[in-house]
Amino acid sequence: MATLIVNQPPVGGFSFDHCKRNAYLLGEANKVGSSLPTARKTGTTICGIVFKDGVILGADTRATEGMVVADKNCSKIHHISSNIYCCGAGTAADTEMTTQIISSNLELHALSTGRVPRVATANRMLKQMLFRYQGHIGAALVLGGVDCNGPHLYSIYPHGSTDKLPYVTMGSGSLAAMAVFEDRYKPDMEEEDAKRLVRDAIAAGIFNDLGSGSNIDLCVITKGNLDYIRPHEEANKKGVRTGDYKYKRGTTGVLSKAVTPLNLEVVEESVLTMDTS
Amino acid sequence: MAAATMSPFFSQNINQNSLVPDWTSQEVSTGTTIMAVEYDGGVVIGADSRTTTGAYIANRVTDKLTPIHDRIFCCRSGSAADTQAIADVVTYQLGFHSIELDAPPLVETAANLFRASCYKYREELSAGILVAGWDQRRGGQVYCVPIGGMLVRQPVSVGGSGSSYIYGYMDSNYKPNMTKDQCLELVGAAVALAMERDGSSGGVIRLASISEAGVERRVILGNQLPKCSTH
Repeated sequence: MATLIVNQPPVGGFSFDHCKRNAYLLGEANKVGSSLPTARKTGTTICGIVFKDGVILGADTRATEGMVVADKNCSKIHHISSNIYCCGAGTAADTEMTTQIISSNLELHALSTGRVPRVATANRMLKQMLFRYQGHIGAALVLGGVDCNGPHLYSIYPHGSTDKLPYVTMGSGSLAAMAVFEDRYKPDMEEEDAKRLVRDAIAAGIFNDLGSGSNIDLCVITKGNLDYIRPHEEANKKGVRTGDYKYKRGTTGVLSKAVTPLNLEVVEESVLTMDTS
Repeated sequence: MAAATMSPFFSQNINQNSLVPDWTSQEVSTGTTIMAVEYDGGVVIGADSRTTTGAYIANRVTDKLTPIHDRIFCCRSGSAADTQAIADVVTYQLGFHSIELDAPPLVETAANLFRASCYKYREELSAGILVAGWDQRRGGQVYCVPIGGMLVRQPVSVGGSGSSYIYGYMDSNYKPNMTKDQCLELVGAAVALAMERDGSSGGVIRLASISEAGVERRVILGNQLPKCSTH
């Protein structure tokens, strides 16, 4: 009897088939003793606070690949719109692409509505995208900006949950930075005090967390004004070498020089063609 | 029941050599203690305010009492991402339904919308929700939608990881036909007790009372918590 094959309509939603395959490959690789290439993570300390006139976002500038520093001066504060910026921790490619996608969509949205984009809109777009990918996009973000309703600050986690708070920290150095915030944060701070507080929080992450380092970037967003300060402080300057192992010409005195030409004759000559196909 | 953190489909191989610590790769869980009580004329709901990623408290002032409609709230426990996403979906669906109906929606409708999402995606989700509110037809109602997508109406219900510690307190101290203030006291004391014993619950106590007149919200800060007899 012929088997009845029913044509099933394609099931909607994201296909996680490759995730199963990747997990299997990882298992296979581990059996042999090797490991799959790892994505570059940003280690990172990022933070943000709401102060009297707006928000300040801060970030370190180290990108790590396992135990090696891949980039000593990478930019972690991404542009979403002229009044909204986003710091990213986690997988560098994920934070970069996610913020670019939402920035692009938000610009189209703003043109469509004819209004300056709101931070809550960017937050919605980001959380819905990250939830759709069920945490496989490793992007932990600090989103901040000023819109018609005032200054807003959100922290967004890779699985798609968000928190709206007056001060947030993310990344491997977040505990060090949060310690500084919990000690010294006050509502309605002045800009200079707030900048100093963010600088200190990032510095705490840089000097106490191995995954964070190099310089401190700041981004001050107020109504109608943006200050992207990169770098705000070069916390780790490369030192100047005080000595040199090379010997200068003239260290060893030359007593005499003699030049003897060597007579060589060609014994064998063979031409090897290079395979340029 | 122990804190329901969603066990990922494909377990992440946590690289011990990595500079990035463990808790950065843990999913955000609301740990939690949530509670809802009906009284004649409305409901009282309460929750703690702690959200954790592993052993780190990601947000110590979380608001787990989420408005779904003017007189309908939900208390969220389980995965923060899952419950936020479900609540957003249900808020949209209920708002649309209410406009079509041209009338305030029923609490039972909201509860059924939650149940529909939680049951359909039960394998993928980790969400325990209490739906509570007031409507014209049946007054104050509490509906429990635990993990798995069951729906049951109860006069009083607790949820979250901290609920295990207060079932006894709830059973012995709840009496039918309590007044609003008695309910507020009960919920406040119960959540405080759970916060004392459950590591995943803490912070401040958020309370809300919903009735025909509207929604009244209040916060009990750490230093104002009801004192327990053990210390």
